[in-house]
Order: sequence, then structure tokens, then C-alpha cells
Amino acid sequence: MEIFIQQIVSGIATGAIYACMALAIVMIYQAIHNLNFAQGEMAMFSTFIAWQLIAWGTPYWIAFALTLAISFIGGVVIERLVFKPIENAPILSYVVVFIALFAIFNSLAGFIWNFEIKPFPTPFGSGALFGGLMSPHQAGMIVVTVVVLALLYFFFRFTRIGLAMRAAAVNPESARLVGIRVSWMTALGWGMASAIGAVAGMMIAPVVFLEPNMMVSILLYGFAGAVLGGLTSPVGAVVGGLAVGVIENLAGTYIPVVGPELKLPIALLVIVAVLVVRPSGLMGRKIVQRV
Amino acid sequence: MKRRFNSRLVVWGALMAATALAATAASADETTGITDKTIKIGNIMPYSGPASAYSQIGKTDAAYMKMVNDNGGVCGRQIDFISYDDGYSPPKAVEQARKLVESDQVALIFNSLGTPSNSAIQKYMNAKKTPQLFVATGASKFGDPKHFPWTMGWQPDYVSEGKIYARYLLKNIPEAKIGVLYQNDDYGKDYLNGLKAGLGDKASSMIVAEQPYETSDPTVDSQMVNLKGSGATVFFNVATPKFAAQAIKKAAELGWKPTQLLNSVSNSVGAVLKPAGLDASKGVVSALYLKDSQDPQWKDDEGMKKWNAFMDKYYPDGDKNSSFTIYGYAVSQTLEKVLKASCGDFTHSGIMKSAASMKDVELDLTPPGIRVNTSATDFYPLQDMQLIKFDGKRWEAFGDVVSGADTQ
Amino acid sequence: MDARDENPAISEPPADRAGIRFGALGWTGLAVVVVLAALPLFLANFTIFQLTMMLIYAIAILGLNLLTGINGQFSLGHGAFYAIGAYTAAILMENFGLAYGWTLPAAGLICFVSGFLFGLPALRLEGIYLALATFGLAVAMPQFLKLSVLEPWTGGVQGIVITKPDAPFGLPLSQDQWLYYFTLVVALLLYWFAANLVASRSGRALMAIRDNPLAARAMGVNNALYKSLAFGISAAFTGIAGALGAIVVQFVAPDSFTFALSVALFVGLVVGGVGWLPGALVGGAFIVFIPNVAELFNKALAGAVYGVILILLIYLMPTGAGGLVRKVADFVGRRMKPRPDR
Repeated sequence: MEIFIQQIVSGIATGAIYACMALAIVMIYQAIHNLNFAQGEMAMFSTFIAWQLIAWGTPYWIAFALTLAISFIGGVVIERLVFKPIENAPILSYVVVFIALFAIFNSLAGFIWNFEIKPFPTPFGSGALFGGLMSPHQAGMIVVTVVVLALLYFFFRFTRIGLAMRAAAVNPESARLVGIRVSWMTALGWGMASAIGAVAGMMIAPVVFLEPNMMVSILLYGFAGAVLGGLTSPVGAVVGGLAVGVIENLAGTYIPVVGPELKLPIALLVIVAVLVVRPSGLMGRKIVQRV
Repeated sequence: MKRRFNSRLVVWGALMAATALAATAASADETTGITDKTIKIGNIMPYSGPASAYSQIGKTDAAYMKMVNDNGGVCGRQIDFISYDDGYSPPKAVEQARKLVESDQVALIFNSLGTPSNSAIQKYMNAKKTPQLFVATGASKFGDPKHFPWTMGWQPDYVSEGKIYARYLLKNIPEAKIGVLYQNDDYGKDYLNGLKAGLGDKASSMIVAEQPYETSDPTVDSQMVNLKGSGATVFFNVATPKFAAQAIKKAAELGWKPTQLLNSVSNSVGAVLKPAGLDASKGVVSALYLKDSQDPQWKDDEGMKKWNAFMDKYYPDGDKNSSFTIYGYAVSQTLEKVLKASCGDFTHSGIMKSAASMKDVELDLTPPGIRVNTSATDFYPLQDMQLIKFDGKRWEAFGDVVSGADTQ
Repeated sequence: MDARDENPAISEPPADRAGIRFGALGWTGLAVVVVLAALPLFLANFTIFQLTMMLIYAIAILGLNLLTGINGQFSLGHGAFYAIGAYTAAILMENFGLAYGWTLPAAGLICFVSGFLFGLPALRLEGIYLALATFGLAVAMPQFLKLSVLEPWTGGVQGIVITKPDAPFGLPLSQDQWLYYFTLVVALLLYWFAANLVASRSGRALMAIRDNPLAARAMGVNNALYKSLAFGISAAFTGIAGALGAIVVQFVAPDSFTFALSVALFVGLVVGGVGWLPGALVGGAFIVFIPNVAELFNKALAGAVYGVILILLIYLMPTGAGGLVRKVADFVGRRMKPRPDR
């Protein structure tokens, strides 16, 4: 029983990582109705920028804020430079451009900062909580994720711009008709997603150590969590991310023989199973098609 | 009458042409890539993909070759070092090996990295009678001269190292309960199998938990929780640098204080123990066969000074904290010595013969007592290791140099 | 997001044109085939090896095109079927001594079944969700291949080494040349099959499902059956490519079939042109040769160069090579048509 609880707590701690990433993914999905495969690499790149700032002597929170700003601007720039020119291309071509961005960021990061792991500082101090199952940083990560989530919720629900962004993503033509500058909404969405990704990266790096391939597997789990929770629901993304962490840990511990070797496939299997039963995810809005 | 004479002439002519062709082909094979002025050496490294961290080895190798060239080359010839990326993908490795051998016409392939990539090209290299020298992997399968006479490893193989740890435990902690964290691939399994072989009959009673992890796992926290829960008193850490550091850190956070054995791939102070936490790493036992650049005891050591000078001049962007730059220098120096010993018979088989006749060769970066030894039946150049313990600041050697040879 | 948003212009069924089955390729196609057949006579073994890989990836992309381009189901997981085909060939050849020729139909059959079985639950998934499910399949495949319980057959992490076949009947061809021609013939056969499928009633049903599944169902098309069949056939094609790949590379290991392979196939599909079958060859060439080109520019930044090349290609040809060819053909066609009197 003890191991069971320990694995759940540990799963929540790891799941917080996925939840962070899942939030960024849902954010970009809200903006462009598409999954950005380069989201993880962009987050990793932002984290390296933060690391570099700190290495140059900048205090943590200033570096944090600067990185957020740089990432936001970077996201907008990428949208304007890379995606606007191909905005009429078919969706599959978009996906290829995401893949291209992935390759570019990964390669650039390795080139500039090499592939050795680097420790990344945490603002939450060290020590042990829950008998060491969760560190203060991991607890802090959950808090930060919830705060970002709350901010997002507030933004989308209660601000004009948030409403405009949702409208632009769901129905660009009607949105234009009511005066919304759709393409700037998309750019804004990219900026916000990059900034959230940067937060995710800076929260994740202290746990897994910073290196160019840091986000590759986390992105997978982040997708899984986001889809499990429902791509239209930021709350679902967080819940989904935490759930994936727990499922993975339990599968690894309790499924005999193959459990530890098949953790990720089992987690994905669970998600696919959920999707077959509830196609829009646990908390997503049901999409109704009119004939 | 005339016809028969003509046809016989044709047949003889064809036979002679074929023999001539075969002869030239054979001699061309023996000296492919070697001219009076140059020797072409090929190399395959994962410059991209999941194993890109190891690419520093390739860059160090290239820098070393440049240094050799600046110092006059080998046997009066300059080295043309050609290195390609395989992204740690076996099909790509096959393509690059074929490119090197057939298109670039290299004399040998040196220090290609990764068990899957080397497994993929092993048969081909032997069929082409081109040396596959000093492969960058500790998998024990690459020291098999009977079946693969053109392939040779270099570093102590993982199985032998596992056996060394087993003997250490049997001698010092015979009542140990061992928990193993291992990467779920050939590298991790080789170590685990080595440990088991070394423990013999007692393996099943002494090993209480085996937790594999995949490189796609973001953390190994779950496995560490399980290992602690198994009641193990000894923790055998068979993980690559990133995961090894995570494991050590997590053990400390969990308040779990077993005797820790750390595999030699991940015992770099700068790259693993510092991120994990120097305090958390106190008391960790490992084995080494190369000097650690962070160790102050080598500050005035001749070999280390040479390495530092090399890094400053030829590879200033390289990471001096990384064991990969030490590794690259050491293996490249081994090649340099082998080539220089082959000047009399500077052909493929000549070079292979020199590689298989190293007797007590010392390198700049091997600690005293550790030597390179090969023979016609021993294709494991490095088998000596020194057990070391971390005191919170540096690795302290203890005990005698152990030879993996007598554990084979 | 789903392939329905694809530019419909590309995927006009060839049967809408002058409907000669063979004529789907036309004279250009014939010229391409002749060039492909002649190449090995002039090139070194290593280049022939690369061209063989190009053909193999082209077959794999052809399969993916049938699923995504013709039937509109987005798959990011075809690397998994490639792996199943490759391992089928390896196990049959090395553990059971089967001649390499027979491994192709075996791989095709096994992959058809697995594709069909995967397609069944995937019926309920659309667009992004289907992408994730196939993505999961691709990521899971290397883990399955490494499973210790399956090690006696799959060789576990070490993989399986395969013996390269010689040219039969003592033909004066090198091993590489023989394998190239063998692959070429298989590729042509499979292309012919694919083109005919697309031009047939079943092909039209598949396309109808892609363009408007509700309308298709209203017209009497059995969506579930056709979608699963599409998965099966697509998987079979890619599986045969995998089997060929195993024979040519002579080695299979879990690391050969990571998610990167699925991504490469997908990129090849888009670059070649989604819905345009001959684009598979362009895609195959892209997969084999462009990474080498990128490496030439700068070894350390090869990935970044590759990404930049990819982005440029999408700028220039947003709908892939197929779209470009279509545009050029339209342009030429318009120039050649007599001007209508106004």
C-alpha cells in the first residue's frame, strides 16, 4: 500500500512536468487549431536563454521575466516570419514546418550550448517534502502551473482580447466580419504559447537537467496529457498531464514483466482508449457536426 | 585448327585478365585509402539525434588528428580524417560506412560510436577486409577475433566491469541486497549480466530489484522509489550521465543511503556528480581507466598537461569538464601509436596486426598501472580498471588495479 | 485538423482524365522508368545502394499516400508498419530460413492484418486524435521490439543480422545491382496496383470518404469497412517496403525504427505532394539525399540546415512536388489551348 501511495505522489510530481507542457500545447491549439511539434524545442531554447542570462550574472527572477519577454516576442516573430507567408498552405504542410522548426531549434541549441547536462537553479529551495517523494521545487511547479492556468482561464473568459482570440481560432471568417484582426490574434497566440512554454521549460529543467534533448520525450507526454484532458480545455490539460504521470508510474510498478519496459506505450494506450470512448477528451467540449 | 587456337587464346586471355583484375583488386583492397602522402581514416558519430551528446568524442578525435598532422603525420603521411553523422540510426550507419569505404575509399573506420551502429556495419567491414578499429562502445561482442578479425573494441567492456563490481561486493559486502537501475538496452543489460555472472550462484539471492528505464523516460524518479522500497542496501547505477545524475539526486532526496556503485560511463565529476550534488555523491564507488580532468592529483602530471595544451590549442570549444574529451584524446592516441608501429607494413592487415600486438602500452591519460594489451586472441585492448571512491570533492583510488582479463 | 482541408486540386482521380490505366503516368512516367532502369549500369555500388533505399522509401510513402492523401486519414505512425515488415522479413529469413522473395508477401500480409486491426478502433478518431494514436503506435514500436519476452525471436536490443542475397541464376550483376532491380520491379508493380486502386470504384469511395464522410455514407459507402481497408492496404505497402529495407540494409534493430522514421516518411509525403502518387519518388529522394546535403553545409548545424531547406521548400511548393507539377501542367495546358472567341 505504501508503495502505491508513494508512486501516486511521485506520479503527481512527474505529472506536473507534463501538465506544464500540456498547458503550452493547449494554448497554441486555442490559437491555431493545430499541434505545434516544435513547442518543446522552443521551450528548451527559451530555457537555455534563461540559463545563459543567469550564467552572465542576472538574478533569477529578472532572468525569468526577461526570458518570458524574449520568448513572447520570439513567438510572434516566428509566426510573422515563418507562418504568415504560408498561411494558405494545407494543414499537413504546416505540420512539416513544425517539424522543420523542431530540427532547427534542436540543432541550434546543441551548437551554441553543447550537449552536456547543465543544472538549472530553482527558486523554491531544496529539502524534502513527503519524505522526499516530492521536492519543494516540484511542489512549487504545481503551484506555478495552477497559477498560469488561472491566469489563462481569466484571460480567455473575462477579457476582450481573450474572447477575440477564441473567436479567431474557431471561425476566422466570422471573426473578421466583426472586426477582429485575425492574423494578429494568431501572432498573439503564438507569443503567449511561447511564453508559457518558457515557464514550463524553466520549471522542468531543475528536475531533469538542461540539455538540448531535454524536451523531446516530455513533449510526447505533454501531448498525451493535453489530448487526454481535451484540447479545448486548459484545466483538462493540467488534469490530463497529472493523470499521465500517475498512470505511467502505476503501470511501471504493477504490471508484471512488461510494465517497466512499456510505460509510455501503456500510457498512450490508456489515452487512446479514453478517446475512443470520449472522443473530445475527458474535459473537452463535444464537437457537434451539422449535416 | 585456327578456330580452336583462337578460342583457347580468348580463354587464356580472359583468365589472365581476370587474375590480373583480382590481383589488383586484392592489392587495391590492402592499400585502399593509403598513398605515399596520405592515409584516409573514416569515422561515424551521432552528431544529431538522441545520442548527440557523444559527438564531442568525434570532435575531439578530429582535433587530435589535426595535431598529429601538425607534428608530421604518421609514417610520413598526413591523416585525412572524414567523419559522418549517423544520427544513432543503424540504416544510416550502414549508408555512411559504405560511403566511407566505397566512395571515399578510406583505409579504416576508427572509433565509430554505438552498439547498434557498429553491429550493423560489422559484417560489412569484415567482408570488405577493412579495419573497424577501436569502436566506441563497451559491448563485449566486439572483441571476437575468431569470427570478426577486422573489428576491435577499445574501452573495458561492460560485462567485465560488471564482474569487477561483483567481486568487490562479494569481498567487501557479501550480505548485500542489490538494487539495479539500468538503461533498457544492450549497454545496461551487459552491465547487469556482468554483475550476475560475477556473483555466480548468489546472484538471484543478492539482487533484490531490477528497474529498467528507457531513454524516453523524462525522469527515473518512479524507479528510484521502487528501488528504495525493495529494501536494497546496495544501489548499482547503470545509467548514462543525465539519468545517473537524476538517480543520485533522487536517492539523496528520498533519504535513501545505500552503498552506491556507479558505472564508468557516467563517473565524470563535472558532467554527472556536480549536477547531482557533490554531497549527495559522497561515498559513491566506481571504476576508471582514464584520468579525470577535475582531479587535482593530476595537476602536474605530464600526460594531463599535454591534454590541457591540446585542448587549448586544437579544441578550445571543447568542454574540459567532460569525460568525452578525455576519452577522445586517449583513443586517438592509441590509434596514433598503432599507425606509427605499422610503418613497415602500412596496409590494412599490417595495421590490424599492429593493433593486435600491443604490449603494456601506456597512454598519456591512463593512470599508472593501467596498460593497453592485445594479442591475436585478445581483442580487448583495455581491461584494467581502478576502483575509486568519491570523497565529496574528487575520486580517491583504493585497492589494486583490477584486470578484467582474469574475470573473462 | 484533418486532410480534408487539403488542397483538393491535387487529388483529382486520374480516371477523370483520358482514362488509360497505364496513362496515369504518361510519357514522362515511361521516361522516368527507363532512366531508373538504366542507372545501375553507370553508377558505383554505393550509389546504387542509396537509390535502392530511395525506391524503398518511395514504396513506403506510396502506402502512406494511399491512407492520408487518398483516404484522408492522418498517420504519423507508419514507421511502425515499416518495422513490422522489416522484422517479419528478418525473422523469416534468419530464424526460419525462408528465401527472401517470399518474405515480401508475408510481410505484406502481416502488415495488412495489423493495419486493418489498428484501423478498426481508429475509426472513432478524427484528425488530431488519430494523429496522436498513430504517433503512439510509432513511439511504442521500438519498445515492443526491445521487450525481453520477445527476445528469442527479435534478438532484443541487439537486433538481427541478415545475409545479403546474390543475384539468381548466376546473372552478371552485383548484389547491389540485383537488389536494385528487384526493388524497382516491386515498386513498379505496387505503383501500378495503387494507381489502379485509386482509379477504381473503391478508389473513388476512399476519396469520397476523405472529402465528405457524411455524404459518402449517405451515398451508400461503408465508411467503416473502407477506412479500415485503407489502413490495411497502406500498412501492407509500407510493410513490404520495410521487408525490402531489411534485406538491403542487412540489419534490423529497434533503434532503426524510432519515431524519426515516421516523421521522415511524413515529411517525404508532403514534399512529394499529398494525394499525388508519383510524388512518392520525390519524397523518397528527399529522405535519402537531403540530410546528406545538409551535412555538407555544416556538420554541427546539419539539423538546422535541414530545417531551413524544408521551410524553403514549403514556401516554394506549399502543396509539394505534386502541387508544383499540377501548376506547371495547368500553365502549359492553358498556353496550349486555343483561345476561345469572346
